[in-house]
Amino acid sequence: MTTVSETATSPHSAMAGDAAPMVSIRGVSKSFGTNEVLRDIDLTVNKSEVVCLIGPSGSGKSTLLRCVNFLEVYDRGEIRIEGKLVGYTEETPRRRLSNRDLRSLRRNVGMVFQQFNLWPHMTALENVAEALVQVRGMDKAAAGAHARRMLDRVGLAAKADSYPARLSGGQQQRVAIARVIAMEPHLMLFDEPTSALDPELVGEVLQVMRDLAADGMTMVVVTHEMGFAANVADKVAFLDHGRIAAFGTPREVFHESTEPRVQQFLQTYHERNSF
Amino acid sequence: MLDLSLLVQYGPALLRGFGVTILCWGAGCLIGMVLGFILMLLRQIPVKPLRWVIRAYIEVIRGTPFLIQLFLLYSGGPSIGLRLEATAAGILGLGIYGSAYFAEIFRAGYQAVPKGQVEAALSLGMSYGSILRRVIVPAMLVSTIPSIVNMMAILTKETVVLSIITVPELMYEMQTMAAETFATFETIVGMALFYWLLVEVVSRLGRRLEARVTRFLTHASPQGSSTQTATARA
Repeated sequence: MTTVSETATSPHSAMAGDAAPMVSIRGVSKSFGTNEVLRDIDLTVNKSEVVCLIGPSGSGKSTLLRCVNFLEVYDRGEIRIEGKLVGYTEETPRRRLSNRDLRSLRRNVGMVFQQFNLWPHMTALENVAEALVQVRGMDKAAAGAHARRMLDRVGLAAKADSYPARLSGGQQQRVAIARVIAMEPHLMLFDEPTSALDPELVGEVLQVMRDLAADGMTMVVVTHEMGFAANVADKVAFLDHGRIAAFGTPREVFHESTEPRVQQFLQTYHERNSF
Repeated sequence: MLDLSLLVQYGPALLRGFGVTILCWGAGCLIGMVLGFILMLLRQIPVKPLRWVIRAYIEVIRGTPFLIQLFLLYSGGPSIGLRLEATAAGILGLGIYGSAYFAEIFRAGYQAVPKGQVEAALSLGMSYGSILRRVIVPAMLVSTIPSIVNMMAILTKETVVLSIITVPELMYEMQTMAAETFATFETIVGMALFYWLLVEVVSRLGRRLEARVTRFLTHASPQGSSTQTATARA
């Protein structure tokens, strides 16, 4: 992979240095009106770790993930990425970050969505090259060459000139992943990346994710794929009603947890997947 | 008897009028679209008084006859220091009239852009300007082209109203011909012919434009070729 020159780091992140965890979530709460969707969440993700967020729908796992890159605004607590506060200034009382500062924070955090969210009027290659030109300021030729290598990495070099409408769901999601890794993010967020896929297409996307994990990418993955969580994750967080009800290694959560809500959730999961 | 030689005799004047009609229509559409797009963008700003003002503007323009708006601009304008020559007033009038409708068309198009496409761009660190230009507008074009072309066709016919403030467009020249020769029937036939021609051209161009901006839905790749050649190129 070619290295694109690093941006100048702000004094603050330099101060935080390598000691700061990749993601540090402390006492984060969020409400939609009177509905409290996140309650006092604490979570740490270290560099090169894969953390899976599991739990019943409506438990707040997607909302938590979207707070990490501030697509969703959290009300209380703090989220830090490599020591830098997400979405707010450091002063008290805190103010919202300017759009410019928010953008520079987001360029190091990639996100893969359930619905792929490719831009339909651009080819696979153009989708991957777009942010390289618009955000990284690369010239078109260099961005195109880099994008082609990224497509190759997800096994889709042959589909470079195809529009998303002509790709299968699995292929679209792989293009979406290539679009993110082209930016060389320090952290990747996956929001149910395989939930919109036909069962036979899930495997190819999970394989790409496994490869990323093996390459040392730091990943936070909201998923219903318990197999992936059990085999690939370093840590699993089980969310229920906006709280982390269980946290630990896959073994600790899946096999050793005595938390009844985890038991019940896994029970439902097993019943649904065995017929 | 129908005497079509009159149309030949008055040909140069009529063609000149047709030219003025197209100029007023083209410039009016352009102003209308630019103003309409700006209005649509301003409407996205979450400041209530601003939204009320824009909504009031749109409602007033859509709720009053174009003829009255034109009179206000041309005859009423000088009393507030806005002194415009007839053609300029006609073009500006058409632009203002069209802007209200275009603003509504664009608003619907803006709202129809899938939120996820914008979120994907935001999460990659793209600026609002880039997102607007590269993601939102192309997506808007797809859903709004039919409405835009429809509005443009409607505006071709609104240009006849400009004759009332003495813009020397087609209707005005036709009326001159009718007044000088008493050939009412030929005038009406001639006019119908010209406007039909104009609307036909507009809608044909519109269809081609629509095919162009929705190409990604029907073609495998930008070259319009099969995926095989795309594979070979890659």
